Amino acid sequence: MAHVSTLILLLPLLGFAAVLLNGKSMNESQIGYVATGVVGLSFVASVITFVLLLHHSQRQVTVHLFNWIDVGSLHVPAALLIDPLSITMCLFVTGVSTLIHLYSIGYMHGEKDYKKFFLYFNLFVFSMLALVLANNLVFTFVGWEGVGVCSYWLVSFYFDRDSASSAGKKAFIYNRVGDVGLLVAMFLLFSRTGTLTYVGVFEKAGTLTPTVATLVVLALLLAATGKSAQIPLFNWLPDAMEGPTPVSALIHAATMVTAGVYLLVRMSPVLALSSSGRMTIAVIGGVTAFVAATIATSQKDIKKVLAFSTVSQIGYMVLAVGVGAYGAAIFLMVGHAFYKALLFLGSGSVIHSLHGEQDLRKMGALRKYLPLTFPTFLIGWLAISGIPPFAGFWAKGDVLTNVFAHNKALWVLGVVTAILTAYYMSRLFVLTFRGTERFREVTHGHDPHESPWVMTTPLVILAALSVLGGALALPWVHHDTLEHFLSSTFGYVAPIASQSTLSQWGLAAVDVAAALIGLAAAFSIWRSRSEDEKLTPKFLEHVWYWDDFYDATVGRPLEHLAVFSDAVIEDEVIDGGVMGLAAGIVHSSQGVRKIQSGFVRHYALAMALGLAVIVVYLVARVG
Amino acid sequence: MIATLSYSWPSILVFAAAAVLVLVGALGVITFKNPVHSALSLIMTLFGVAVAFVAQQADFLAAVQIIVYAGAIVVLFLFVIMFLGVDRKEHVHVEPFVAQRPLAALGAVITVGGLIALMAESHWVTGVKSVSTVGTALATGQANVHQLGTAVFTTYLFAFEATAALLVIAVVGAVLLARRERVLASEEVDE
Amino acid sequence: MNVPAAWYLVLAAVLFGIGAFGLLTRRSALIMFMCVELMLNAVNLTFVTFARTLSDIGGQATVFFVMVVAAAEVTVGLGIVVAVFRRRASTSVDELSDLRG
Repeated sequence: MAHVSTLILLLPLLGFAAVLLNGKSMNESQIGYVATGVVGLSFVASVITFVLLLHHSQRQVTVHLFNWIDVGSLHVPAALLIDPLSITMCLFVTGVSTLIHLYSIGYMHGEKDYKKFFLYFNLFVFSMLALVLANNLVFTFVGWEGVGVCSYWLVSFYFDRDSASSAGKKAFIYNRVGDVGLLVAMFLLFSRTGTLTYVGVFEKAGTLTPTVATLVVLALLLAATGKSAQIPLFNWLPDAMEGPTPVSALIHAATMVTAGVYLLVRMSPVLALSSSGRMTIAVIGGVTAFVAATIATSQKDIKKVLAFSTVSQIGYMVLAVGVGAYGAAIFLMVGHAFYKALLFLGSGSVIHSLHGEQDLRKMGALRKYLPLTFPTFLIGWLAISGIPPFAGFWAKGDVLTNVFAHNKALWVLGVVTAILTAYYMSRLFVLTFRGTERFREVTHGHDPHESPWVMTTPLVILAALSVLGGALALPWVHHDTLEHFLSSTFGYVAPIASQSTLSQWGLAAVDVAAALIGLAAAFSIWRSRSEDEKLTPKFLEHVWYWDDFYDATVGRPLEHLAVFSDAVIEDEVIDGGVMGLAAGIVHSSQGVRKIQSGFVRHYALAMALGLAVIVVYLVARVG
Repeated sequence: MIATLSYSWPSILVFAAAAVLVLVGALGVITFKNPVHSALSLIMTLFGVAVAFVAQQADFLAAVQIIVYAGAIVVLFLFVIMFLGVDRKEHVHVEPFVAQRPLAALGAVITVGGLIALMAESHWVTGVKSVSTVGTALATGQANVHQLGTAVFTTYLFAFEATAALLVIAVVGAVLLARRERVLASEEVDE
Repeated sequence: MNVPAAWYLVLAAVLFGIGAFGLLTRRSALIMFMCVELMLNAVNLTFVTFARTLSDIGGQATVFFVMVVAAAEVTVGLGIVVAVFRRRASTSVDELSDLRG
């Protein structure tokens, strides 16, 4: 098993190296298929490892690669931890990545930086796998930073556009602010337990005082909000839509943004020690889900709607983590990966067919022109809205059921958000595929055409997964579910839906009702118009003015500080000090120079006075 | 001055004469504007010093003082003064360096005062006898010339030979320094 | 009783001081040389005085050599003054300030 699991991690890296070294002599399709192929093989290796793990005697296997850091009392190995949680993450990360790589071959066809795209994409998959497979926090951090930097590169892929390069920087900087949290957590854990491997930390987790445990949890939460785009560090994700659509699908829907949730779930034994930390997590998740959903109702760009939708859905996952329903969080993560990737790729297909148009006001009635994109998108839409029997209904229902058991107020918030989710997704669907044709001027009078097979095949596969994904954890099945599989890795497990069957049916009914209300409202409003000022208020469209708030409180003061530093500290204090010192020396030298007058009599006088001093000294000594 | 009456009046008289000659001559050297006058004052000082030498039983040295110092060195000075034609007056009353005179006076006074104080402190003798083997008392037994000769030619023989070499070097140096440039210039032109 | 040696020593000290003052104050090179001679004489007087008080002929021998050296020094020194005078037509030492910093 050790070899196969190492292959999971190494194959994307090999792909990266191969394209890096040989890229000049490879043509477009070679690069694309090599890159897709290695990720596909990595997926195969993940499946094999999964099967091996099922038949293994233990549910946790450490694969030691090499001794990495051995300094004093700090021992950090480069090792992999193969357990149910990491293998689950590997499976869906590599699986969805393969599909999106395949899709990109078609989508990025003809781009001048085709090779660079696949280089970064492969490197990203490697980093993400390092993140989830690592057996210690430092190795995870390497992957954490790796996905951050690949995200930066890929978001600013079209770097000639100022908006794209700014978006890349914004994403990276917000991530970095969150990374401080992860570093602080590592420092605290190391100082209290003396180790950084997960197994080691969990063994000694009992020795943490409640205060330290809460601090660690809050620090981890900060890191998670940075990487997973939650309040207060979420506004980089909508800007990250500047990157090509496959990037949005892979990084900002299915994988990187889930890394924060993964980290919290992985550290669940530590979370178990701090109830105030968990409450904070739950509140942040719930509030983010609601706020993002409200913003999504007023966006005019197809990708921005999906971006805020992602923030909102991850809010659900974080909420689930906060109430201790880790299994539900992972279940939602997997399902969301399927249908959100599907929705993004579908939107990419739409954008591709409309020659790059992303504004919802210029779409409409595409149903008859995109025979494959339309039904797959429809499935994705139904899944995310929470309509049974698609995956979203089961996953979101699982989360809400667990939330109901712990905190009614947050449950209400979750249900309201579900209504909004259905509403904005339906608005999106109607404005894109139904209603009237508004795109003629964009396509110069031509009909939009469907995408090639490399792009539609992944759509079909993902649609199938969105339909069937619910089977991972149906509520009446208790043994072979995803949650049962994962339960050995959780430190604290909330009672899984220990309500009566009646209350479960009741909650399910509420979920369905919420979805239908949202759906109906959207259909009735947006079928006949494409713009409405009252329903898309500026406050929501401008992200509750969050960006402006940060600009005023953080951005401007820092800018003033920088200007001040340059003008005053740099020029006057530092330059002044250094140059002043030099000038001072020069001046004093000029003064001292006057002693060398060149006149013999001056020198003689100096000698005479010196002699007088010596004589005085002698007299004083003798006397 | 009352205490001095215990000393014999000839010695006091001799000392007074020597002192007057020396001090008047010295003051003359430093105050006359004309270098020739300064040279003549120097001669007066040298005479005074010779008198003092005789009073200290250094007869030979007194003679050498007159012959060498007053007779040769000052004459040499006068030759150079006449040769260079600098017997014009120097502007003594103008001192371009403002602080030079006061500071010089201060330095000189402090030095002299300090020296006198030091000598008084140590009771006018150092208390350390010389290590020379010829430590016989003066004015007893042999004549001064005899004693001095013995000392120079035996104890201080090396210094004596060295001074001979020094004189040769000095003469050669002086001839070189005072060569006329015309000779050098013509040598350069020839090349 | 002879006059005590102290008086001669004081006389020598004063002569030295006068010579020093003159050396620092006069501008003509020749006068400065004469002041140096004054100082040398003061030293000679001191030596001879001590030779008497300590009954040591070494003091007088020293004076002997000092006189020889003084003669040699005057010879070479005046040669230098002549050489310098040829260039500048002035014996004022204030003109020799090319070494100013």
